[in-house]
Amino acid sequence: MAERYYKKLWIKIISTTLGFSLIPLVALGVTIYYQFSVSYSAKIFENLKTLSENRRSAIDLFFDERVSQLATIAHTHSLKQLGDESYLNKIFYTMQTRSRSYIDIGVIDQDGNHLAYIGPYSELKEVNYKNEDWFQSAMSTGVYISDVFLGYRKFPHFIIAVMSRNGDKNWILRATINSDIIDNIVRAAQIGKKGDAFIINKKNILQTAPRFSGELFGIPKSPDFSRTVEPQIDSFKIEGQTGLFAATQLVNTNWVLVVKEDPQEQLTPLLRARTIAGFLFLGGMLLIVIGAFLSTRSLMQQLIQVDREKAAGEDLIIQSSKMAALGKMAAGIAHEINNPLAVIGEKAGWIKDLLAEEDPGRNENLKEIEDSINRIERHVDRAKKVTHRLLGFARRMEPVQEQVDINRTLNETVDFLENESRFRNIDIQVDPQPDLPAILSDGSQLQQVFLNIINNAIDAIGKGGEIRIRTRHLPANNEIMIEITDNGPGISKENLGKIFDPFFTTKEVGKGTGLGLSIVYSIVEKLGGRIMVASEEGQGTTFSIYLPVK
Amino acid sequence: MAENFNLLIVDDEEDFRITLVKRLQKRQMNVFGAESGPQALKMMESMIFDVVVLDVKMPGMDGIEAIREMKKKYPLTEVILLTGHASMESGIEGMKLGAFDYIMKPVNLDELLDKIRQAYERKLIQEQDNP
Repeated sequence: MAERYYKKLWIKIISTTLGFSLIPLVALGVTIYYQFSVSYSAKIFENLKTLSENRRSAIDLFFDERVSQLATIAHTHSLKQLGDESYLNKIFYTMQTRSRSYIDIGVIDQDGNHLAYIGPYSELKEVNYKNEDWFQSAMSTGVYISDVFLGYRKFPHFIIAVMSRNGDKNWILRATINSDIIDNIVRAAQIGKKGDAFIINKKNILQTAPRFSGELFGIPKSPDFSRTVEPQIDSFKIEGQTGLFAATQLVNTNWVLVVKEDPQEQLTPLLRARTIAGFLFLGGMLLIVIGAFLSTRSLMQQLIQVDREKAAGEDLIIQSSKMAALGKMAAGIAHEINNPLAVIGEKAGWIKDLLAEEDPGRNENLKEIEDSINRIERHVDRAKKVTHRLLGFARRMEPVQEQVDINRTLNETVDFLENESRFRNIDIQVDPQPDLPAILSDGSQLQQVFLNIINNAIDAIGKGGEIRIRTRHLPANNEIMIEITDNGPGISKENLGKIFDPFFTTKEVGKGTGLGLSIVYSIVEKLGGRIMVASEEGQGTTFSIYLPVK
Repeated sequence: MAENFNLLIVDDEEDFRITLVKRLQKRQMNVFGAESGPQALKMMESMIFDVVVLDVKMPGMDGIEAIREMKKKYPLTEVILLTGHASMESGIEGMKLGAFDYIMKPVNLDELLDKIRQAYERKLIQEQDNP
């Protein structure tokens, strides 16, 4: 019953403690982690955006430079000048010394015929471009940048064509440019172990060679970003793997720059932080749980201790009130028995008186009658002793101050236990100091003390043994020592420290309340004395009680 | 040898009182019996009793009340309280009221005789002191 109550209380305290400590911890942990991960993701997006914007402007700058270079040449020279191949060769030479990306240069009239060509493919001079898309586009828009293609040259390149007007004639300055440089600029955005970057045209055809996402001129392994107008950043799942993509349209062409990052890789610091936080969190939780368990255990122990002490106190009160009630009842019974006993005693005495006057010779039964009367008197005397002892116990339970003859009190107690000890073949020997001074104490409570100790000794011995009781006056401290020694089995060292504890008993369940010696202890203490115990297993036990004379 | 003082036994328990009186008379004592406090007081009016053996617990007027009355009227008469109750209170109360001693039931006749004689001796001494 009590155990269930304590168990329930324990669960309540533990759950309250854990609840109040863990819930805020969990809430704090989750919130911080969520906020951290949101801001970290935002940072990754921001970084990716910056990276792709950066690459885009580098590429656009490259195109701007090339276009403006060509436009400057076209607009600052006449068709006649540039149509002169040696002149054009000089210009081309100057351009090449600045940038190796130029492969060839040509001047084309409005009919599509090459007027001059400088470059490694002199057969191109004969080609007419009038029906080519790029020619028509350049003629109509002024500037044309082609997609990357292999062409005659069998390596990736593209052309830039700018139109110029000379009098009423339009003509075109066209240069072929190696796309290596664009590849290099794009490659700078291929960061990390799984990062990728590439350019696609309007038809989602790769214009640069990606690292992992496909082959040049192929379709990239990515969502189709060819229709991108505004820069966009998003994560997509490609072939079971999540990628973070940033797509930006170039200003000078219809191309779209795509930068891809591996979120796993980018999130590594976040994941590391999550792991560390997780361990810290688990550690914290463990500490809280251990702390809660330890503190609850100590709390429960204290609580049980207090409850036990309280119960012991209550039991002592119950015990003493029980004793008081029992005493009153005993007194009543003793009184009621004493009166008829007195009559029996008197009648027997009267018969004895009368018999003394009879002539023994005349009554042959006289001796038998006399013998019976003597027996009646003896048994009246025995009954009287019992009732007087009962009355002795019946005195008030509150300590009183009276002159107590310890030897007499001890003898009364021993008398009381005489039957029991005789039945168990236990010899009780009292060795009183004859001139023991009377002490100011409570006789009936002392009787209770002696009774409990001697009773315990009888129980400990069981059958066949000896109890020795000694009284001495110790003038040094002016106190009286009462020593009660039995030759029972003794008390183990382990139990010796607990025998005065309430509820401590070695008797079988139901036989002992475990209160006897604790009552003894409290009475002796209340009377200003002290009690000590010495015991040796297999040898016996000695209780020594010291009581002040005054 | 007849003892020349008057003794009164006061006890409501008739069997006890009559038998005790008879036994004491057999021992040559001038002994009388009374079944209650009022009866004892009435008898004391017409006769001088040297020693009274008085039961404490009686219906009506109890021993404590009776001793108070007796001591008021006959301060030199010695009273021995007889009780079936060993309560300290009644004993102390009785002693305070001037009882010579108290003795517990059942009575040991020799013990009672001793006490009666001691009480009478004290009475004699007191009479000498207060002529």
